[in-house]
Amino acid sequence: MSLYRQVTEKPWDQVGLPDGIEARPTFQVPDQKVALVLFVIVACVLFSLLTVSYYLRIAWGAGDWVPVSEPATLWVNTGVLVACSAVLQWSLIQARRQEAIRLTSMAGLLFLAGGLLTLVFIAGQYAAWQTLIGGGYTLQSNPANAFFYLLTGVHVLHLAGGLWVWTKALFRMSSGADAGDSRLSIELCTWYWHFLLLVWFGLFYVLSTT
Amino acid sequence: MAYVPLADQDDPHALHDPHSFITKYVWSQDHKVIAIQYGGTAIFVGLIALGLSILMRLQLGFPDSISWIDPAFYYQAVTMHGMIMVVYLLTALFLGGFGNYLIPLMCGTRDMVFPFLNMLSFWFYLLSVIILLASFFVTGGPAGAGWTLYAPQSITAGTPGSGGGMLLMLISLAVFIVAFTMGGLNYVTTILQARTRGMTLMRMPLSIWGIFTATVLGLFAFPALLVSAIMLGFDLVLGTSFFMPAMMQLGEQSTQDGGSPILFQHLFWFFGHPEVYIVALPAFGLVSDVIATHARKNIFGYRMMVWAIIAIGGLSFLVWAHHMYVSGMNPYFGFFFATTTLIIAVPTALKVYNWVLTLWQGNIRLNTPMLFAIGFIFTFVHGGLTGLFLGNVIIDVPLADTYFVVAHFHMVMGVSPVLVLYAALYHWYPKMTGRMYNETMGKVHFWCTFLGTYAIYLPMHYLGFLGVPRRYYEMGNTDFVPATAQALNANITIAAIFVATAQVLFFINIFMSLRKEKDAVGNPWGATTLEWQTPDTPPKHGNWGPELPTVYRWAYDYSVPGAKQDFIPQNEPGEEYEKTFHTRGHS
Repeated sequence: MSLYRQVTEKPWDQVGLPDGIEARPTFQVPDQKVALVLFVIVACVLFSLLTVSYYLRIAWGAGDWVPVSEPATLWVNTGVLVACSAVLQWSLIQARRQEAIRLTSMAGLLFLAGGLLTLVFIAGQYAAWQTLIGGGYTLQSNPANAFFYLLTGVHVLHLAGGLWVWTKALFRMSSGADAGDSRLSIELCTWYWHFLLLVWFGLFYVLSTT
Repeated sequence: MAYVPLADQDDPHALHDPHSFITKYVWSQDHKVIAIQYGGTAIFVGLIALGLSILMRLQLGFPDSISWIDPAFYYQAVTMHGMIMVVYLLTALFLGGFGNYLIPLMCGTRDMVFPFLNMLSFWFYLLSVIILLASFFVTGGPAGAGWTLYAPQSITAGTPGSGGGMLLMLISLAVFIVAFTMGGLNYVTTILQARTRGMTLMRMPLSIWGIFTATVLGLFAFPALLVSAIMLGFDLVLGTSFFMPAMMQLGEQSTQDGGSPILFQHLFWFFGHPEVYIVALPAFGLVSDVIATHARKNIFGYRMMVWAIIAIGGLSFLVWAHHMYVSGMNPYFGFFFATTTLIIAVPTALKVYNWVLTLWQGNIRLNTPMLFAIGFIFTFVHGGLTGLFLGNVIIDVPLADTYFVVAHFHMVMGVSPVLVLYAALYHWYPKMTGRMYNETMGKVHFWCTFLGTYAIYLPMHYLGFLGVPRRYYEMGNTDFVPATAQALNANITIAAIFVATAQVLFFINIFMSLRKEKDAVGNPWGATTLEWQTPDTPPKHGNWGPELPTVYRWAYDYSVPGAKQDFIPQNEPGEEYEKTFHTRGHS
């Protein structure tokens, strides 16, 4: 039964079992995927609110906004994060082809590389922060700086959360987990990294245009 | 890997069934134990908040009768009372407590889909409570700028608890939000994905619809609180100026300047108003089930009730600035938000009509849960109508920051949800414990609470009309307030002490009844929903024995003409309906 038909039926009129005996989840996907999509929506709300606050602070503040001159490192970091997503996507494609997924197999190695590249991205963001602090753009000196550290920091924290799940998936892969489970882990991580890449594009645009 | 729905998998608990006391009652992953842990913790902090309110009332009714209540402590009591009641008691008890207990039982699953995350959710919640209570013991005491934590007041030196207390409050809120997000993802996923055979969305009891929608609201609204807490924390600890405007303090220009205090108010109320419905929607759902069960009638307008819950949920994100009419925002904003506020009254009123129409010509059993449920209809209509007053800008402006507002929100989101909580606690107590509570004591508890809260809040409306300002430690040179207002205040205080004392009856009742023999009646109310059809009472780990129930009908088959009993459980096939999907028709 479609979702629309389900929510428009008259339940008092119907007795018995619709559509046979098997249990019907609302969406025909694993529970973990539903939970991830929900979490991504929640994270979207969080980043949207931060962005709205960013623009409102410009509009409603006392005109003390001095734009940050973004260090060039950010372009390099963007490239690294794109590479993360691409490598993870490649790992997912490999995982769908492979019968068994081990850490030493193609999918496993690419998955490992995706996470390591993420660490490079985080190190790159740290370097960008150091450049800014060196240039006198401290947290307290201007709201634009404060927002820069806040937005990039929250983004990095989300990546760190992803890396925690990534670590767990790696451990499971190395201890010879079921291929289906590993494939699901790789898929969920890939989706999440793509999402955070899109968020980064958005944040980078917002930060560099104001 | 082909997807196997949870309901068709083998009993997942056979593998990790708890054996020791620790895994069974402390580090438990059983939703029923977690629910009771959540509920117990929430009621515990709720009692602390109740105690604080009595101290506030003593100061207001009998000024300076207790020497150690100074203005600073009074403001801290106001703040902690508000925050604890709204977030740490009501949100946690409705969603963490009743959500956890009822979702798997009413949907017919063995547990939440992510039991470990569920356990983690409780422990993070407990941590947030401990951090919050720790703020009572830091230098300067707990936060004292009102539960709305408005910047710049809340983090400016000189405000009680503006240092360590405020920092702990913000950390505690952040931890609470993490806990809620973990729990919330679990509740939503479980309701969407793990319902048993035949449990279509429109066969779910309204309790589940209320909890589901409230959880979705929470997942969308709490990020706003998180954002404001993080930014306020930065302003407090790191000296940024997201919200801090230029200020003069003790003749000196503050180092932080340029920030926007009204930005904080928008962020806070973008969370704060949905929060009202995060508390109210589960209450609407639970009370619907209690009323239908004890009126022996199907709920009037089930589909309308579901759509009203969803409509209220959606609209609740469009009304937040009606808390800010006097904040100096653009008057056109006020016009917009007054309109949306009046629109949200429509689905809310539909629900009230449907409760009353469910009672109409029902075979009403006036037992304790039903009394509390009917009491809720009274207090909710009362508080809802004063809400229409305050929702209009022109009436709100003179009434803002008076006791009229205090009376309004206590009636609509203090007393009303608490009456539902009692209705639900008495209603499900036999299922949770396998024992029946003492009916007489329950009824005495109801009448004391119901009449007592009216004695508290009805006079407050008149104090508001007189212009008595809220949040004042004591009245100064306010000639416009007649001296009789003080007599009214003293009466309110006596009523408040009476109501608080009457709550002892509830605790005596539930703890004394625990010592009785198990009655082992699985379904004492003759209710239709699945949680009353479990093989064991209280339900064992895994809930359903070897086989999951199958649902053949909606949740409200009460007094069906021609049926043997005046209720037909949801998992009862009925002779003529066994194999096929059958339409009853309108004959």
